[in-house]
Amino acid sequence: MEKYFLSYLDILEAEAIHILREVAGQFERPALLFSGGKDSITLVRLAEKAFRPGKFPFPLVHIDTGHNFPEVLQYRNKLVSKLGERLIVRNVEDTIKKRGLKESKGKNASRNALQTYTLLDTIEEFKFDVCIGGARRDEEKARAKERVFSIRDEFGQWNPKLQRPELWSIYNGRINYGENVRVFPISNWTEFDVWNYIKRENIQLPEIYFAHGRNCVVRDGQLLALSEYINLSDDDIITNKKVRFRTVGDMTCTAGVESNAGTIDDVINELKLSRTSERGETRLDDKTSEAAMEDRKKAGYF
Amino acid sequence: MDILRFTTAGSVDDGKSTLIGRLLYDSKSILSDQLEAIKKSTKNNGNGEIDFSLLTDGLRAEREQGITIDVAYKYFQTSKRKFIIADTPGHFQYTRNMVTGASNSNLSIILIDARNGVTEQTRRHSIISSLLGIHNLVICVNKMDLIDYSETIFNQIVEEYRTFASKLDLKEIEFIPVSALVGDNVVEKSDRMPWYKGKSLLHYLEEVQVKTGSELNFSRFPVQWVIRPGNNGYHDYRGYAGKIISGIFKKGDDVFVMPSGFNSTIKAIEIFGKDVEEAFAPMSVILHLSDDFDVSRGDVIVKKDNKPKVSTDFEAVVCWMDTRPLKKGNKYFLQHNSRLVKCVVKNINYKVDVNTLDKLKEIDSVNLNDICEIKIKTASPLSFDGYKRNRANGGFILIDENSNITAGAGMIKD
Repeated sequence: MEKYFLSYLDILEAEAIHILREVAGQFERPALLFSGGKDSITLVRLAEKAFRPGKFPFPLVHIDTGHNFPEVLQYRNKLVSKLGERLIVRNVEDTIKKRGLKESKGKNASRNALQTYTLLDTIEEFKFDVCIGGARRDEEKARAKERVFSIRDEFGQWNPKLQRPELWSIYNGRINYGENVRVFPISNWTEFDVWNYIKRENIQLPEIYFAHGRNCVVRDGQLLALSEYINLSDDDIITNKKVRFRTVGDMTCTAGVESNAGTIDDVINELKLSRTSERGETRLDDKTSEAAMEDRKKAGYF
Repeated sequence: MDILRFTTAGSVDDGKSTLIGRLLYDSKSILSDQLEAIKKSTKNNGNGEIDFSLLTDGLRAEREQGITIDVAYKYFQTSKRKFIIADTPGHFQYTRNMVTGASNSNLSIILIDARNGVTEQTRRHSIISSLLGIHNLVICVNKMDLIDYSETIFNQIVEEYRTFASKLDLKEIEFIPVSALVGDNVVEKSDRMPWYKGKSLLHYLEEVQVKTGSELNFSRFPVQWVIRPGNNGYHDYRGYAGKIISGIFKKGDDVFVMPSGFNSTIKAIEIFGKDVEEAFAPMSVILHLSDDFDVSRGDVIVKKDNKPKVSTDFEAVVCWMDTRPLKKGNKYFLQHNSRLVKCVVKNINYKVDVNTLDKLKEIDSVNLNDICEIKIKTASPLSFDGYKRNRANGGFILIDENSNITAGAGMIKD
């Protein structure tokens, strides 16, 4: 029997590939949401495993807030040209102008919430019926409740009380006109699993995931990368620290952690010792209230 | 390292959330900022103790009402195993969520309050676990601290449960006396119950060998997607992409493509550009056949020596999940792995009383959370195995043609 034993990473990988192929088989116009973070980079590898030597049955879509780490954009462009797949970029900046949206002001101003508008406009523009995302259930307690195939109404909203039961490995992607679906193939992966997979697969990541010297602004005990997008005030302290980033979001709402980890193995070792969750440690966008993620999802967020 | 997927069912009163919280907390899987967040809101609720249910009750409505509404998935690992918990609500009105959680689990944990013994809820959880083909059950007799760690009471509950469970199809039942609140026998063995010779719950979960549902003799490969690049040196390439849901395939195996029944042999098994000699469940692979014929999504490639049944007519036990009742003559979409067909309900054989297992005959309609046996006719044939023989190829969902919601979960009878 031992001969027919799969390790947990192989099981998770097989499950994710199965989900990606279900998307290809069930939908007319899928898209893969690509942020340049480690989770969406993992999705790209899984898509290669699911569809090569064929082309991906979907384009990559990047909702660009304009506040990205430059290293991540360089990485994105390199990856896409290597893959030979189509990349669609839509800018939050354009949405703001077109719709006359107000940007949040003040010290902790961020375009996080505005991404939802651009995302929904992009879905409308290309008539995507499904968007694949890299969200994981271990990230956050509202995400822990979300299905792999998560149905959104015509306003892009998640209704946690009306979720379809999801049984075995049978995914129901049938929708009514105007609805669309968000699919999360790595729902059952933890942060650890993602790192172990990146290691096993020898996947290149943007440099910001590894320790590097950087000028940071200290806010509420968190280290924000100093950039032109941050509104500085007189009492802000700027300091040079050796940091790495555990998640990749906007420069305005993603904090670094002090670290000496220069390789994947170093990062995994630091993670083993860490007593904080990745979003808790590094995301300012989740801290606004206890139900911050649930509320954003109900409004159409990833 | 492997993965154990288990489900827990029960209400807050049973101490289910406390038990999960205890497992996560004592195995150091709750991180400090998560604990801080819980402490903060526990403070808001005004009592001093840490309320672990706030870990799993992730929705605003759940926290407001103090109940679990939907399945929450939690992840933890020890040096021996990775665990995926599907934490499900216990109330009757959420039976469908319990079924959902159980459908992907290999083991169920059922909590019994030592002061109350076996209750209606205990029976319902056990029956659902049995129906869904879960063979391993752990009965945690909780709140032992409130009955002075009495061996006599524990033994009475074990006896009572065994009598009831003899009617069910459960292969392995383990009884563990615990106090989730204090932590007795959850992660560490407790010295307050020297009469208990078994393992702590966590220790048991780390070591138990479960039936994973992948039956080696039932080689089944539902085609999900056909890869035909058509260019760059791949002009004649035709690969069938899918997941081996059960069994083993080897290069050179004689196979049938169901339901059409064409036979061929496996020319190659491909995993990310590499050829392998054999592959097995639950691997996602690409199969190549020696013959060129029309194989598409929804077809199932099977080994010649053990074919599935092929039919448009069968009986199934169904858990109903929609507020619109199931009635004789209703039509639905039926999704069985990657195959989607139309079907009609020919008859409702009986409804199960989930508390007594009694079969209620002459039923006109089946309502939300009911469990029943029905006769189905599909518009085109399915190739299936009985759910009890091969879980991976015996389950299906019924989809409402109008609303598109998942209206029922079915398990095909042998």
